[in-house]
This record gives sequence, structure tokens and C-alpha cells, in this order.
Amino acid sequence: MANKSVFGDVRVGLLQYPGSNCDADCLDVFARYLDISLIPIWHTEHALPKLDALILPGGFSYGDYLRAGALAGHAKITPSIREFAKAGGSVIGICNGFQILTEMGLLPGTLLKNASGRFICRQVHLNVAEGASLYSKALSSSGSLTMPIAHGEGRYFIDDDGLERLRGEGQVAFRYSDENGELSDQTNPNGSIDHIAGIVSTNGRVLGMMPHPERAVDTLIGGSQDGLSILKTFLQSAQ
Amino acid sequence: MSSETSTLQCSPSSLPKLSPLIDTSSQDQFAELLKSHKISTGEYQVILEILGRTPTMSELGVFSAMWSEHCSYKSSKVHLKTLPTTGPDVVVGPGENAGVVRLSGKLCVAFKMESHNHPSYIEPYQGAATGVGGILRDVFCMGARPIANLNSLRFGQRSHPRTNYLLDRVVKGIGDYGNCVGIPTVAGQVAFHPSYNGNCLVNAMTVGLIHEDQIFKGYASGVGNLVVYVGSATGRDGIHGATMASDSFSSTDEGSRTTVQVGDPFAEKLLLEATLDMLEKGLVLGLQDMGAAGLTSSSFEMADRAGSGLLLDLDKVPVRAKNMTAYELLLSESQERMLLCVEPHKWDELKAALCKWELPFAIIGEVTDTGRVQIVYQGELEADVPVGPLASKAPEYKRPIKPTPSVAQSQDALLDLERLIEKTGVEQVLMQALVHSGDKKPVYDQYDHHIGVKTVRGPEDGGAAVLKITSDDADPVDDRLGLSVSVSCNERYCGVNPRLGAAHAVLKSARAIAAMGAKPLAVTDCLNYGNPEIPEVMAQISEGIEGIGEACIALSTPVVSGNVSLYNQTGNESILPTPMIGMVGRHKAVDRAPRAVFSAKAGPVAVLRPKSKSGGNWSYAYGGSLAAYLLEAESAQLNIPAIDWASENEAISFLETLISDYNPVACRDVGEGGLLTSLVKMCLAEGCGFEGKLSFENDVPAVRQYLAEAGPMYIIQFASEADFEAALQSASKLSHLELSRAGEAIKEPKCLVDGLEIDLAKLKPLYENALLV
Repeated sequence: MANKSVFGDVRVGLLQYPGSNCDADCLDVFARYLDISLIPIWHTEHALPKLDALILPGGFSYGDYLRAGALAGHAKITPSIREFAKAGGSVIGICNGFQILTEMGLLPGTLLKNASGRFICRQVHLNVAEGASLYSKALSSSGSLTMPIAHGEGRYFIDDDGLERLRGEGQVAFRYSDENGELSDQTNPNGSIDHIAGIVSTNGRVLGMMPHPERAVDTLIGGSQDGLSILKTFLQSAQ
Repeated sequence: MSSETSTLQCSPSSLPKLSPLIDTSSQDQFAELLKSHKISTGEYQVILEILGRTPTMSELGVFSAMWSEHCSYKSSKVHLKTLPTTGPDVVVGPGENAGVVRLSGKLCVAFKMESHNHPSYIEPYQGAATGVGGILRDVFCMGARPIANLNSLRFGQRSHPRTNYLLDRVVKGIGDYGNCVGIPTVAGQVAFHPSYNGNCLVNAMTVGLIHEDQIFKGYASGVGNLVVYVGSATGRDGIHGATMASDSFSSTDEGSRTTVQVGDPFAEKLLLEATLDMLEKGLVLGLQDMGAAGLTSSSFEMADRAGSGLLLDLDKVPVRAKNMTAYELLLSESQERMLLCVEPHKWDELKAALCKWELPFAIIGEVTDTGRVQIVYQGELEADVPVGPLASKAPEYKRPIKPTPSVAQSQDALLDLERLIEKTGVEQVLMQALVHSGDKKPVYDQYDHHIGVKTVRGPEDGGAAVLKITSDDADPVDDRLGLSVSVSCNERYCGVNPRLGAAHAVLKSARAIAAMGAKPLAVTDCLNYGNPEIPEVMAQISEGIEGIGEACIALSTPVVSGNVSLYNQTGNESILPTPMIGMVGRHKAVDRAPRAVFSAKAGPVAVLRPKSKSGGNWSYAYGGSLAAYLLEAESAQLNIPAIDWASENEAISFLETLISDYNPVACRDVGEGGLLTSLVKMCLAEGCGFEGKLSFENDVPAVRQYLAEAGPMYIIQFASEADFEAALQSASKLSHLELSRAGEAIKEPKCLVDGLEIDLAKLKPLYENALLV
């Protein structure tokens, strides 16, 4: 179904795995705050419908068995997602969706258990990193973005060479920071390497991030609308 | 009917032979058998009457489970009947899987609280996790979509060697389960007292949304309809859970781990979605969670409600352990299972819906008109029990009651305590109070409290939770509608005065909801007490229920669901009476919901409090107070705060208007530790301070106004001087209460009260780290 929102006729798919649990929030938020009806896609489909953009929502796909995102990386729909991304499609993977993107090999690195060994749910601030992606360009003026994290396995890790490449290519999208955008160990909630909270693919169109932009769309709920800015940028990247 | 729907090997008219009856030839062995099933000889006689013969082993297990305290409420029923359960907003009262009240138009709230105390003490992670799972199923099996979880936890004193371990594992269990299913945990309570050293409390509550015309009930009706099992396969876990929950601990019970159920939140998530999917498509006539006493209670209760019979073939039950007996299959409390009643012509569509969710399912029986539950397994009739009598002849005890005589308040005891406070120093007592309560951040950080994108006020805001509710079912549809939820009990009050203390538990929840600007609607209770066979404990139970009833009538908040947990004791040590109260309230203007913590940038701070000379039935009290507890004062001669319902109700309705009209940034009801402790907690959250006064009455010692507990009192911070002036004007019309200016929040982390200076920078880390384990 095509949508006539300010973003034009944009077709956005929402992948659903058994255990996805932020899919309903995405459906709701895109409908109410962006006037877009997401197209739900069940994991057993063999092919994606015609899409401009795709969301991999948060949750515990397959109960996080083996490790977070591992089984979803081998779902029937996976080759079709890879194809879509390789062809330049816009993809956002949030939380478990980020974990799945790394398992699929669409984003480098991996997400380990939080340094504390515990699940962490709290508001965090994000510094928008300099880079070539639309996210960096569109959001960097904001000082810091505020939105929640809620995960047990969100500690981003990549080897030294990989980290060099990420930095060199401008693939780091967001880093955990204080409210002024300053980085420090105190404001890194999960022990991520280089404070990384989100990264993009080399073409800048596949974004994976642990924080939840869909939970920061209404100042009444959590005090911030910065998530909405990220979701709007995601839609722009699909145009 | 498709071929698969007629796979039962028997019919009501061709039953196999009865399996062997229990052996009653040896007196000693027989007595031991009854004892291990917690069936008294009197109860056994009733079983013989009902069956007209000696029971089989499976039947004995069925009676043992169904007549356990946990399932039958045999000690408390006579008292529970006195609770107020009706009201204009009540849609479903007690007796169903959860209570339901109307929020707006056809939009309703289903909610219930339940205990999982015994399993959580034995195996805290799984015990707490499955407690969350069980209460979620109670709510979603009615067709409600869960939108919030709450919990209330009690542990022994912090220095007890098991306390930190239990705290750590229980919190992790609750978090892992709720987080995975994707239901936000939005509010709760954690408290410590030595009476829980050998018996922690884990009470979990779920709140869901449901359309009034789409409420499902646990009925198995219509002869020939199918009985369908859906969910995880059955293992040996949790056998005798219901009877264990009705037992007290001996010192060796940490070896009972095998009776604790194991939770699988992923299966729960699938079961949740599958259930709501089936109900929305109209594929199911009735359904019930297999909770305590598993297949037994779900089948008997579904047949009882419909006045029907059931024929079940246990060979069809999906299993995950080898060689299970009928007895084990009937009593297993394996988690994440549901029993459905389905019309045969809907079977194919139902099957397609279930296949999507990759859950095990099977037809395990059919509805009959026999009025009996008949259970076949491996070619034998394992049980053949009439449904009606099992319920109607269930034991109901009027157990002996011996109230503990109350001791009159002694003015000397009160003055002694105040001298002790002065000697210790107010700042020192405050510090102990903050360390004892502790900042709950290390706990709620582990619970996803944002998922669902409804949490307007959550745990970091310091008060009751507020959720924004957007639904087409609301009438009128508006974007300001919300729900406020809270759980509460002050067990120290209940220890001093079981009746008034229980009333305070209801009141405390109502105050917390009122402080958010919402109107209290209805209550669920979870009554945690010791051994009802001890007359003094039975008196606590009956008085506690009376106190809840009085409070619920005074506040017009009927009790719509609940749970009773007895035998919470170790050896001879009973827990303090702990009638936990969960409450929901209606919020008409969620955009105005204040926080319960100060902002250094906002305006004046005021206290809403009883007029000094109002003559109302309220007073400052130290009985059960945090100050008395921390200083180990003899509490028996200290009264707990009296309640003046007229003042309380005036405060609740005034706050709804005040918050909607004048939009204060913060509002908090004064709780344990009194005015000073509550105020300092409001400072610590954002690292600010306070300057002003907290003694409002010249003829009452300042220390009493700081640390004694009384009510109703609310600390309110306004955005501006103008807002405060306007609110003051509005408050001048109150009969029982007045709004008094206290001072303002300041940037510096210090509390300047009536010339007393308290360094908050020193207290902050002690408070923040108190609950780290």
C-alpha cells in the first residue's frame, strides 16, 4: 500500500519475526506521527514486496536463542533483505534489528552482552558523528539527541582494523555522550567500543542502532522528539 | 467435522476401566498419603461422599490441588465475601481470571495481582519470572492486550546472607521475562524487613486493555465442542505447586527446586500473540490459562462455569518428559499453556492460525453433558469426578480468630522516641531512612519501562506510573486520556494494626495516583499472610480484609480481582501481615501529569495538608514509622496514623482539579519517613536542593512535623509564582485542607529547613548506591 504523506509515495516494510516486540510500536508511531502505514512482512516470506525502505524492529527474535539476532540472520526472508540492501535500499535496524543486521553481514562488528552483565533501560544522549551519511548531515547540528535504550546485549564490538575502517569511511552514526554531546566512559552505558551506539553501511543507507528512536517521538512520553528526527531522516534516505 | 477432530479413543458412553484405587489397607501409609496431599481426614470423608467410592491416585491429586488453600481460598473465602466488589465502572468482578473496569466508553482495563512467593524463595530467578508469566496469562486469556506490569517485592534485612542474592535474582527474573515478552514494567515497590528473612514476597501485577464487548471468559460449553491444548509441552516441573504454595517453609526446603516451574518468555510472547489473534478472529468459545494446578484447575473451572462436563484423553497432551503418569500430567505446572474450547467447524481455521506461531497444540478432549470431568490415559479411566460438588463442597473454614490485644498509645513512648531522634540527630535519622529505602534505579534500570510508547510517567519520575491511552474504543476519543497505576503496602503499619494498616495500603495507592492528577478507580489485592491455622494470624487476615473493605468503600474503589497467599512463614516465624494493593486510576489530562521530583528551574514549593485546627481524625504518628523502625523504638505503644476519610477524599478530588488547572511540575504524596524524607527524595533525583520551612504548626515539635507520618500530605512544586497564587486561591475553598507555602527548590545540593542545613551532596551517593548488589 502506498502512502501519501509528506514523504510522498513511500513504501516502508516492517519485518516481523517470532519474538519481535517493538513492531507494534513502529506500526503505531509511523501511522500516528508520520502518516505512513507500514507494510508488515512475516519472516517466512520468500521475497520482499516492492519497497523503498525496510525496518527491522527491536525485540527478542526467536527468543534470542543462541545469541541475539543469530537465528533471524538465517530466516527464509534473509537473502531477499540482503539483496534489497545491496541494491541501495534504505534499511534501519533498531536494537534487535541492529543485532540481526550484523548477523546478516550487512553491517560490520557485533553486539556483546552489556559490560555490566545486566539489561539496561534508561534515557541516553547521543552525539551525532561526522560522516558522509544523510544521518550525519541531517542531524549533526543538534548537539545531542535524547532517547531510550533497552537491551541486554548492546555492547558494540569490532576489531581494531574494523574500527579504523568505520572511522575512516565515516560509518559511525551515533555515539553515547552527555547532554552536550561530550563523550566519556561515564556516559557509555554498556561498554561499547569507541562509545558506538549506531553505525551505517558504506553506502550510508543501512543504519543499525541500539537506542530506540520510535520511543522518542512525543515530548509527553520521555521528553524528547529526537527519535522522530531520525525516523524522518530514514524516510528521506529512501527518496 | 474433519477427521482429526474425532481422534479420541473413547466416548462418554464407552469409558475404559477405572484405574486402581488408592491403597487404604495400611493405616500408616494411608495417613502419610493424605498428609502429603494436605488433605484432612474430614476432607477425605467429603471426597468419599462426592465420588461414592475410594479415589484413584489421580483423583486424590485433583482434590488435593483444587482444595489447596491456593486454589480454593478455604481459609479466607468467608472473609473475602465481605469485600465491596461492585460499582458503576465494574465490568467483571472477582472470580474470573482478572477483574475488568471501564476506563472510557467501551474501553476497559483488565488487571490482577498475584503472588509467587514460595517458588521465588526456592529458585528466585525462575520463581519470579514465572510469576510474571502467570499474571500476564491471566490478563491476556480474557482477550486483553497487556500494556503494563508492576511488582511489589519484600526481602529480609539487608544484612541477612540471602537477601542480596534473592534481590538480584528476583529482579533479573522479572526483568528478563517482561522485557522479552515486551510489556513495560512501569512501577513497583521494593522493601526490606527481617520478617521476610526466610520468606520473600514476589507479587506481580499486569494491566491490559480490552473492549467491553470482547471480554472472554473461561467457559467450556456446547456438547461435542473440542477441548484444545495450546502452548509449551508438559513436563514434570511444578508438580504440586498449588499445594506447595499452601505450605510453610522448613529449614530444609531449599532442596525443593524441582517443584519450581521454568519460564520461557519467548513461548509466552508467541502464546500471547496467538491467543489475541484467535480471539480477534472469533475462533474460540472459551479459554483459560493453565496456571496453578495446571490442566486440573483449568479443565474443572471451565466446566464448572459452563455447568458442563469434559472428557479428556491425556495421551494427546504434548509432553517433553518420558513416561509421565496421569497424575503428573494433571498436576504439572509447566508454563505457557492454555486450554481452549472450540467449535469443530472452526478447527481448520484455528489450526492455520496456530501454525503461524509455531506452538505445539492438540485436541485433548471434548465437552460432554455428564457434569463430570472424565480423564482417560493409556487405556484406563484415571479420574471420574463430578464437577459441581468438587467446587460447591470445597472446604470452607471459619478458622478460630484471636486478635492480638492492642496497646494504647503512650505519650511517654512518643516523647522517648523524639528524645532519641534529637539525640541521634535529624540528619542522621534522615540518612538512615534514605539508605533503608534506597534509590530504586538499580532495580528499574533492568526493566524495560518504555516499550509500548505509552509511559508518560515511569519509575524515574518517582511516583505512580501514568500511561497515555489512545484507542478508538474510548468515548469520546481524545488524546488526553490516560491510566495511572500503583502498588503499595506498608507492612510495618500492618504489624502494629492489621486493620488500619491494610486500609493504609489502599490509601497509599490512592494517594500516589491522586498525586499524578488521576482519579482512583478500582483495586486488586494480593493478601500475603502467615499460617491461618494460628488464631493470631487468622485474626490478622480477617482484620486486614475488613480494613481493605473499609478503605475501598470510603474511596469508592471496589476490589475486582485478587489473590491470597498464606503460610508465609519459616518455622514459627510469620511474615508481617502484607496485604498488597494494586490500584488503577483514570487520568483525564495526561499532558498535565506532574513528576514526583523537583526541578531546580521551576517555581515555589507548597504543601497540601490538613488544616491545623480542622478537628479531623488525623494526627502525627510514629507507630510503624520509618523513624521508629530505624531507631528500634518499641512500636507497640505507638499508634499508626489515623485516617480521616473526608480529608483524604477532598485531597484526591482537589488534586485532580489542581493538576489539570495549574499544571504543577511536581507532586508527591508524603509517605514513609515523613515530610522531610519525602522532600529530600524529591531533591535527590535531579540533584537539586531546597530552601524554606517544613514546620507549619507552632504547638507541634518540629522533629515530629519532619519525621512522623500523617496524612493527607502532598508536596507540590509549581511552575511559577502566578500558578501558585492561583492554586492558593482555589485551595481557600477547601473545608479540611490548606495549601501552605514551604519554599523553593534551589540549584545547590543542600536542604535548608527552618535554619537546619543538610548537605545533600553527602547523602546522594549513599541513597543512590543503597540498592546496588
